[in-house]
Amino acid sequence: MTKSSAAPVGIVIVSHSPKVAEGAADMVRQMVGDSVPLAWTGGNPDGGLGTDVAGILAAIDAAWSPAGVAILVDLGGAETNSEMAVELLDEARRRKVAICNAPIVEGAVIAATEAAGGSPLEIVKRTAEELSPL
Amino acid sequence: MDAARQKQLIAGVANAIVSHAGELTALDQAIGDGDHGVNMKRGFEAVLADADRLAAKPLPEMLKGLGMHLVMKVGGASGPLFGTLFIALAKEIPADPTLGEVAHALGQAIEAVKARGKSAVGQKTMLDVLDPVLAELAGADRLDLAARLKARAAAAARATVPMKAIRGRASYLGDRSIGHMDPGGRSVWLIVDAVCDTLASPAQERS
Repeated sequence: MTKSSAAPVGIVIVSHSPKVAEGAADMVRQMVGDSVPLAWTGGNPDGGLGTDVAGILAAIDAAWSPAGVAILVDLGGAETNSEMAVELLDEARRRKVAICNAPIVEGAVIAATEAAGGSPLEIVKRTAEELSPL
Repeated sequence: MDAARQKQLIAGVANAIVSHAGELTALDQAIGDGDHGVNMKRGFEAVLADADRLAAKPLPEMLKGLGMHLVMKVGGASGPLFGTLFIALAKEIPADPTLGEVAHALGQAIEAVKARGKSAVGQKTMLDVLDPVLAELAGADRLDLAARLKARAAAAARATVPMKAIRGRASYLGDRSIGHMDPGGRSVWLIVDAVCDTLASPAQERS
């Protein structure tokens, strides 16, 4: 894959815990600064531990990039709710979102680093899942 | 079904979950993260708050609206899973369905839940109650159907006790998930009971 100078892939972090999500986002920022669109969401609609489909949709919107968005999740409900949120997107956006099967902190940092280099979504996803640059 | 009847159905199902939230949470504390009751309660309270508007819609739109509340408010995997059950049911069910059409729609909805949860029957999940209930509903015997559906749901939920969880948070416990009822299965049992009790009762008694 050739690197491009187009907008980098956005990164969304979805944790059951707002603290974990925010902390992971801090670690991403330390690595890539503001060069990659980044948003995090955590907690259920009442603010307790859990995930919130509306919050995930808002985070996807906040981190939106023409190159698409890679989502990093922690435990089961974060993945299921992220899949549900993706299905609620309009079709043009839906095809440009990938949920990564990777540990949330390590996956987010390496995905963002790959995205900052201009890699397309499928490479960002694969790099996160393999936890090493391709 | 008219709007009054549909409202009875919504209220019956929602109140059944809300009033058993403590029990559902206790079941989930034994083998999960302990949020199933409070999450389902949050979702069904949103349904109750919108019950008049939902009940005034044709049955498919009512079910879809109910499902969307669960998706948006539950805050755990149960939201998309139970939400998908109702939303997929809405896609297939006519406004005034026959029993056969209900069974067909439930079959499709169960397939949608399997896909959403990447799960199958036998993994100690809500599917282990939904699937036997569908078998009962699709059977040829219509005599005392409500009572038989309730009995089947109860037996199926109890049958999750000796199962080992393969999906969901309970699967992290491995063999320690054995010996407890699946909270999602218990929720399905509660919903089936509430639907059967509402539909089996004369409409005027509850209005």
